[in-house]
Amino acid sequence: MAATDTALIPEITAHRVDRPQRGWVSWVTTTDHKKIGILYLVTTFVFFILGGVEALLMRVQLGAPDNTFLTPSVYNSLFTLHGTTMIFLFVVPILAGFGNYFLPLMIGARDMAFPKLNALSYWLLLAGGLVFYLSLFFSPPEAGWTSYAPLSLETYSESGGMDAWIFLIHLTGISSLLGAINFYATIANMRAPGMGWGRLPLFVWTLLVYAILLILALPVIAGAVTLLLTDRHFGTGFFDQGQGGDPLLWQHLFWFFGHPEVYIMILPGFGMVSEILPVFARKPIFGYKAIAAATVVIAFLALLVWAHHMFTTPSATIVLVFFMISSFLIAIPTGVKIFNWVATLWRGTVEFKTPLIFSVGFISVFLIGGITGVFLAVFPVDWQLHDTYFVVAHLHYVLVGGSVFAIFAGIYYWYPKITGKMLSEPLGKWSFAFMYIGINVTFLIQHSIGLDGMPRRIYEYPDVGHLATYNLISTIGSFMLGFGVLLTVVNAARSLKKGVAAGPDPWKGNTLEWFTESPPPVNNFDVIPRVRSVEPMKDIRRQVARQSEPDLSPAPVPAAAGSSD
Amino acid sequence: MGALVLATGASADFWTPESGGGSENSENIDTLYKLILAVAAIVFFGVEGALVYSMVKFRARKNAVPAQIRGNTRLEIGWTLGAAGVLVVLAVVTFVMLPGIRNPPNSDPDGFPTQRIVNVQNASAYQPRPPNGRALNIEVNGQRFIWRYTYPDADQNVLNNVFNYETLIIPTKTTIALTIKAQDVAHSWWIPKLGGKADAVPGHTNFTWFKVDKPGSFRGQCAELCGRNHADMYATVVAVEPDQFKRWLANKKREIDANNKAAQQRRAKEAEELAGGESPTEDANPVEESEAAAAQGEG
Repeated sequence: MAATDTALIPEITAHRVDRPQRGWVSWVTTTDHKKIGILYLVTTFVFFILGGVEALLMRVQLGAPDNTFLTPSVYNSLFTLHGTTMIFLFVVPILAGFGNYFLPLMIGARDMAFPKLNALSYWLLLAGGLVFYLSLFFSPPEAGWTSYAPLSLETYSESGGMDAWIFLIHLTGISSLLGAINFYATIANMRAPGMGWGRLPLFVWTLLVYAILLILALPVIAGAVTLLLTDRHFGTGFFDQGQGGDPLLWQHLFWFFGHPEVYIMILPGFGMVSEILPVFARKPIFGYKAIAAATVVIAFLALLVWAHHMFTTPSATIVLVFFMISSFLIAIPTGVKIFNWVATLWRGTVEFKTPLIFSVGFISVFLIGGITGVFLAVFPVDWQLHDTYFVVAHLHYVLVGGSVFAIFAGIYYWYPKITGKMLSEPLGKWSFAFMYIGINVTFLIQHSIGLDGMPRRIYEYPDVGHLATYNLISTIGSFMLGFGVLLTVVNAARSLKKGVAAGPDPWKGNTLEWFTESPPPVNNFDVIPRVRSVEPMKDIRRQVARQSEPDLSPAPVPAAAGSSD
Repeated sequence: MGALVLATGASADFWTPESGGGSENSENIDTLYKLILAVAAIVFFGVEGALVYSMVKFRARKNAVPAQIRGNTRLEIGWTLGAAGVLVVLAVVTFVMLPGIRNPPNSDPDGFPTQRIVNVQNASAYQPRPPNGRALNIEVNGQRFIWRYTYPDADQNVLNNVFNYETLIIPTKTTIALTIKAQDVAHSWWIPKLGGKADAVPGHTNFTWFKVDKPGSFRGQCAELCGRNHADMYATVVAVEPDQFKRWLANKKREIDANNKAAQQRRAKEAEELAGGESPTEDANPVEESEAAAAQGEG
């Protein structure tokens, strides 16, 4: 709320209260969900930059045929680091970062349910990232982020890097599990009065489902990497065909986790877009219930599609058919969401602010990733496309065009709340332009590279057909994408000092985080309002407008107040 | 290494998988892909069109009032069913196309003489067979970082079979059934013009087939990360007329037999020399020496 300017003198004197910590000590000792959220956001963004640099190095290597810029061993390490970083140290935890910061604010809570557990989640994540990156100084892992056995067994991956990878999975896994339990407990118990399940913001719905999926999927990968660890060092043979084990067991366990992980990475992005579109279209979300229900259905189906990553392994036809159909089914709720978003814009008054532009960019690019997903679900077609650059293109359309665009929309939407300063709109739009063109230049052509027969994870390729031209185009695109990201980094750094003051509610938002100051005080809310609809802030603004009007005038205010509701 | 695979030239399919001049299964996958592409294009342009239209038409203007609509149950049920309908169509198309991709045809009458797959060692239980059950069954073995091919012969001993590395010579007009295995880590067999991938997984037997009508050469490479030189694990299939294949097979057989014989003779000679008491070093332990000689003899 608009705060009173004069500092009030406290009427009760508190005794034996710890003095607030200052400087770096306040950061390492904090249990405040907002500070932990900032730690998450900054740390994961640093990992995003690292993963991005790794990607650019790979693109330089592939910019020309038979290139010798990188050795095979360095190249293999780079794609392993890139994939692992982007998934385990960037997309999943940055969503946890947004969740940490905004979940309590959006449901009108004063903190998470378990603040100390929350701090532990963050420090485990950081430890996991450090353990993993320290392997750079020894021998980084080279088996890809999927670490297929037997390649990841000790015979073929002797280095300690493989073990650092296992350790990373354990540390970030425990971090995410604790975080997920915390999210679940907070959402279940700490909602503002009146906020029933039908009034939960859609971003919170997706965080709830994100948490449930993490709780269901992470124990499986934790078990799998533990088996891998004992295979490597304690003489067991779970994945070693020579000892009666089975390399395919690894693939099944990995993807039983790995496919839900894909939805773990995209669902909160769906949630952000579902929050942002109605605010800038000045129109309620179209089909709130359908979007919430689609989220739950996607999560359920996400647990039933894992073997579509294994269509080329020896399988009976009935298995292939089952996983094709289940993968088809998941396209339905995803399609429903896309239709609902377009319908939300339809007949609204769309304001072209950067968060909206990133959200619409998200829909238009994610759609391509969704459609190519259907190609890959058709198993005979997948036999041609599997493990080629077509798949690389598909997954980057989903993860960069999908998750990353949603994350950037979230950054532009919520930065004013976190810092109290607005980001520069022109710089934001330039950043979007470079990223949008960059994504399409980099990845659209990769479909054709894959169709031309270039497998993924190869450090060099011969100069046949159009491979050289196509790859050069892709490399140029990747630098445009990188430049676009850099512009946002500059924007965020510059606006910390120079940004225009945001005030509590710069966008005229719908949800409760806009009810408090920017940045919010330690206790978030002095008063927690009663929630009467999905858009509590709209109700509050209407109420305030009514109260602040002079009683006598009959209030002829058609156009002037038009934009406020 | 790269120069090796220059063979097939224009592989310039921009929109669809590589096809043309290869095998029937690959052609069928290409057709299936094109059908899906057509449906995908309609969905893509429909949704992107609606998105662009709403961005342009409904952008914020002075005096514009946003419609406060919260949903439309009929419309929502409609597009859910619509999406499901599209996928039903795609599933039906896939099932119609599947037999032509999964099941091998018979060899042509003028093809190379084939065997019943059921009698061939190591054929997988799931392996679809041609209607007459006969094909030329070749075993493909993935090893870091090379492919090894073993051709069938009349006897049960696989040690004297014809084999080759990297280049797979096959007869045209003949159904080739591949039995795919891996020796060390997982690999993936893939010749784009001759059909989809089949992973070679240690401890498992995978399979695929192709049938080439005209002589030609088809390049491919390992598609599953198998280590540092994964990028250089090429495979080339060279299809030749059945007569020519027969001659090649016979030559290769002679060559291998001659080499086997020479190796046996050499080993026998070495064993003799060792057994003859000429110790390689003066202070060698006589017991160890005779053990070594025995080991050599076994080999």
